[in-house]
Amino acid sequence: MLEVQNLSMRFGGLLAVDQVSLDVQEHEIVSIIGPNGAGKTTVFNCMSGFYKPSGGKILFRGQEIQGKPDYRISRLGLVRTFQHVRLFGRMTVVENLMVAQHRHLNTNLLSGLVATPNYRAREQKALDRASYWLERVGLMEMANREAGNLAYGQQRRLEIARCMVTEPQLLMLDEPAAGLNPAETRDLDQLIISLKEDYNVSVVLIEHDMSLVMGISDRINVISQGRPLASGTPDEIRNNDDVIKAYLGEA
Amino acid sequence: MVAAHNLKHALFCAVITLVISWPIMGLKLEAVGTQITLQGADPFTWIAIGVAALAVFLFQLFREAILGRLGMLKSLNPMADRKPMPQEKRLKLESIGLTLLIVLALIWPFFVSRGSVDLATLVLIYIMLALGLNVVVGLAGLLDLGYVAFYAVGAYTFALLSQYWGISFWMALPIGALLAALFGLVLGFPVLRLRGDYLAIVTLGFGEIIRILLNNWTNVTGGPNGIGGIPDPTLFGMEFGRRVKEEGNVSFHETFGIAYSGEHKVIFLYLIALVLAVFTGLVIRRLMRMPVGRAWEALREDEIAARSLGLSRTGVKLSAFTIGAFFAGFAGTVFASKQGFISPESFVFLESAIILAIVVLGGMGSQMGVILAAIAVTILPELAREFSEYRMLIFGAAMVLMMVWRPQGLLPMRRRQIKLSTGE
Amino acid sequence: MQDLLYFGQQLINGLTIGSTYALIAIGYTMVYGIIGMINFAHGEIYMIGAYTALITITGLATLGVTWLPVILLIALICAMIVSSSMGWAVERVAYRPVRGRHRLIPLISAIGMSIFLQNYVHLAQGSRNIGFPALIEGGFQFGSSGNFQMSISWIQIVIFVTTFVCMTALSLYISRSRIGRACRAVSQDLGMANLLGIDTNRIISATFVIGAALAAVAGLLLGMYYGSVDPLFGFIAGLKAFTAAVLGGIGSIPGAMLGGLILGIAESMTSGYLSGEYKDVVSFGLLILILLFKPTGLLGKPEVEKI
Repeated sequence: MLEVQNLSMRFGGLLAVDQVSLDVQEHEIVSIIGPNGAGKTTVFNCMSGFYKPSGGKILFRGQEIQGKPDYRISRLGLVRTFQHVRLFGRMTVVENLMVAQHRHLNTNLLSGLVATPNYRAREQKALDRASYWLERVGLMEMANREAGNLAYGQQRRLEIARCMVTEPQLLMLDEPAAGLNPAETRDLDQLIISLKEDYNVSVVLIEHDMSLVMGISDRINVISQGRPLASGTPDEIRNNDDVIKAYLGEA
Repeated sequence: MVAAHNLKHALFCAVITLVISWPIMGLKLEAVGTQITLQGADPFTWIAIGVAALAVFLFQLFREAILGRLGMLKSLNPMADRKPMPQEKRLKLESIGLTLLIVLALIWPFFVSRGSVDLATLVLIYIMLALGLNVVVGLAGLLDLGYVAFYAVGAYTFALLSQYWGISFWMALPIGALLAALFGLVLGFPVLRLRGDYLAIVTLGFGEIIRILLNNWTNVTGGPNGIGGIPDPTLFGMEFGRRVKEEGNVSFHETFGIAYSGEHKVIFLYLIALVLAVFTGLVIRRLMRMPVGRAWEALREDEIAARSLGLSRTGVKLSAFTIGAFFAGFAGTVFASKQGFISPESFVFLESAIILAIVVLGGMGSQMGVILAAIAVTILPELAREFSEYRMLIFGAAMVLMMVWRPQGLLPMRRRQIKLSTGE
Repeated sequence: MQDLLYFGQQLINGLTIGSTYALIAIGYTMVYGIIGMINFAHGEIYMIGAYTALITITGLATLGVTWLPVILLIALICAMIVSSSMGWAVERVAYRPVRGRHRLIPLISAIGMSIFLQNYVHLAQGSRNIGFPALIEGGFQFGSSGNFQMSISWIQIVIFVTTFVCMTALSLYISRSRIGRACRAVSQDLGMANLLGIDTNRIISATFVIGAALAAVAGLLLGMYYGSVDPLFGFIAGLKAFTAAVLGGIGSIPGAMLGGLILGIAESMTSGYLSGEYKDVVSFGLLILILLFKPTGLLGKPEVEKI
């Protein structure tokens, strides 16, 4: 469903991403791994429209999306999380989820001002979806707290829930396990698999936690210094000499 | 060692205090004829400078201890850890309070002097302005320093429409507001892409441009002389003047067979302003709870995250900017009608600053806070005349102190609690 | 010929004003380069410099000092001391406590400070404008044609020379001195500089002090050039200087110089060929256009949004 072809991104003189290609099929979890500074997040930023790539194509269901404004890409059903959690800190947890459903709501000003039945119905539906996901990620009791006051692990889960209420087709998670304790990481593991199995979402994952990556990925792409290094199933990657060298070199 | 360092720092701060206050406050320039002379300040000022330096010295010397004590005071404050009231109870109390307040506001003008009613009308105009700016600054997080320009558009629209085409207040009210909104839209479209601080400067520049144009486009706006003879609003075609000005109209006092009184008009204007202010407050309150209101706040909190969820940055900001401008236009029309005369003098940067101060002091995003701050900021200088000279000095200082100590404002915004049904 | 001379005269006037804008713009650009905020109160600091200079000059005249270089030098030093102290205090009181908070907060604090300082001087010195004595009079006249006489006055020459000296000194200071190097490090990456043991608080203070000192120089020069000061003197000049900084590329010191000169010329051309009333409109219009079409300015570096 998603195809990245020969993606390049240049910042001034620095070629941060060089000819990276990857593809994601329906119903698949694909990981991008690589040493720090390899350009993984830059690939994400290009895919989600925050950067306009210097070269290459990104196709989503056959449609070229490279260089499109970020909000349009997200409306197509490609939604992402961030390496450093980005919540609407002074809004409540529910409100965070309601904002995410903006485009499912009736945003006609007049119908909102007089609260037409149609407006109220959609608002209620959005609330229901929000409570469903809150329950799903175990944040129901926190619903009316300010998002900025949640514990770190809860913030991570809220960020994923916030993506899910938009009913995405492809979810891009940027280091979702960073800063989580082992128990939380295991929960996350379960959650990501369930997103794929139960909600029919494809997932692209950037992650450093190798046991998480190896455990849940269908396929893995390795990039190093902006260039593609290897790709294949977890087993193939585990035994790839280049990858081992790159990782040992880093350590 | 630490003590010595503290002493040095405290001395340094005290010296700086002397340096920045002594020449400016202590030596006053006086123009005598063509000659300029220096006048030493009165003893009181000297004492004040000395006390200030001493205070800075002592504060810096015992900084830790004082701040620690202050922290303790905060924890002794019985209000500090009071449990917030449950939402239903609070809402009920609030709505009772508001209803009482509005009823009181309706009756009150019939028992007080004309001057007080006039002042109250001004307060209401500021409330409208502050509520409008609250959308832009408090909710959407866009610092608009040229807000007064939209106020001017509303006021001048009414003045010009009535002067050239004899259009009445009631027609001009929506036209002025819509025109101001249109200005907001046209200005906002290109500039809202800018980063926050650039936006502040550009809106400031825009406000100045509007004022300079009003000042110089003499054959239309009357330049610095302004426009006079702006008509009063009518009540179903009844005029409030002693004699009817427009053919076909009747006068209020004759229709009801009561003696003419200039107070009728003042009270009527007050009531119009009251209705419009309540309308403004209700509409904005509603908007805050709608998708668009949530989008404003989301963009304020984290623009990148908002964009990643499919919110269009320009669209959302533009809606806030336009709606803010709309209510400024509203207020402008009422202002023109109240004064009967307008000139560019009324639309200087100082006005934008006052409105911003109201929003900041009251609590960005908080409607109740903004309303109370508007009342306080407008009435206090009238109550204490000698204070009015110091008004802007105090506002400036208050803005800094609020940002340092209590950026959420005196009466911070409270978030609405939403009841969720569990289980499908 | 006459047209050409008239044009040349506008150019000289524009360069004069422009170089003082550049001096003020340095303060905006350095502060922005280091902590990424607009010091709204900078225009007021410049105004306070002008007032201090005038107070000193008047005081010296009362004391009977008549030798011009001494008067100018003492006035300059006093203005720089008071403005720098003010710059230091402003940073300490209004900016340091709110550094790193939500972007709206330092901005509002800065505006509050600007309003406060304006009214501080207003209350202490009255709102009327006060004449600045013309200490440097006369000039050269050359290139006359018809009834137009092109001229350059001594004060204009003094302004050029002083600006040039200040700018050169500043560039040398930034590139050679320890504090200058630290400044550059901090503007690259504040957090990193902090980790490397640079006292970033001190560097930020130094930036405010240097900017304020240059603004005081501009205050003395422009006070003499315009011949009067009032408490609102800094507001518009500050806006202009900010425009100059943005025009040249905020964060860039040569950019501030270039932006100042371009803005000065644009203004004097507007006054010379259109009407003095519209010169502010032209400079604000220029600001808006630059921000829309080239927000990084002429010499600024593009900013990459960090996600």
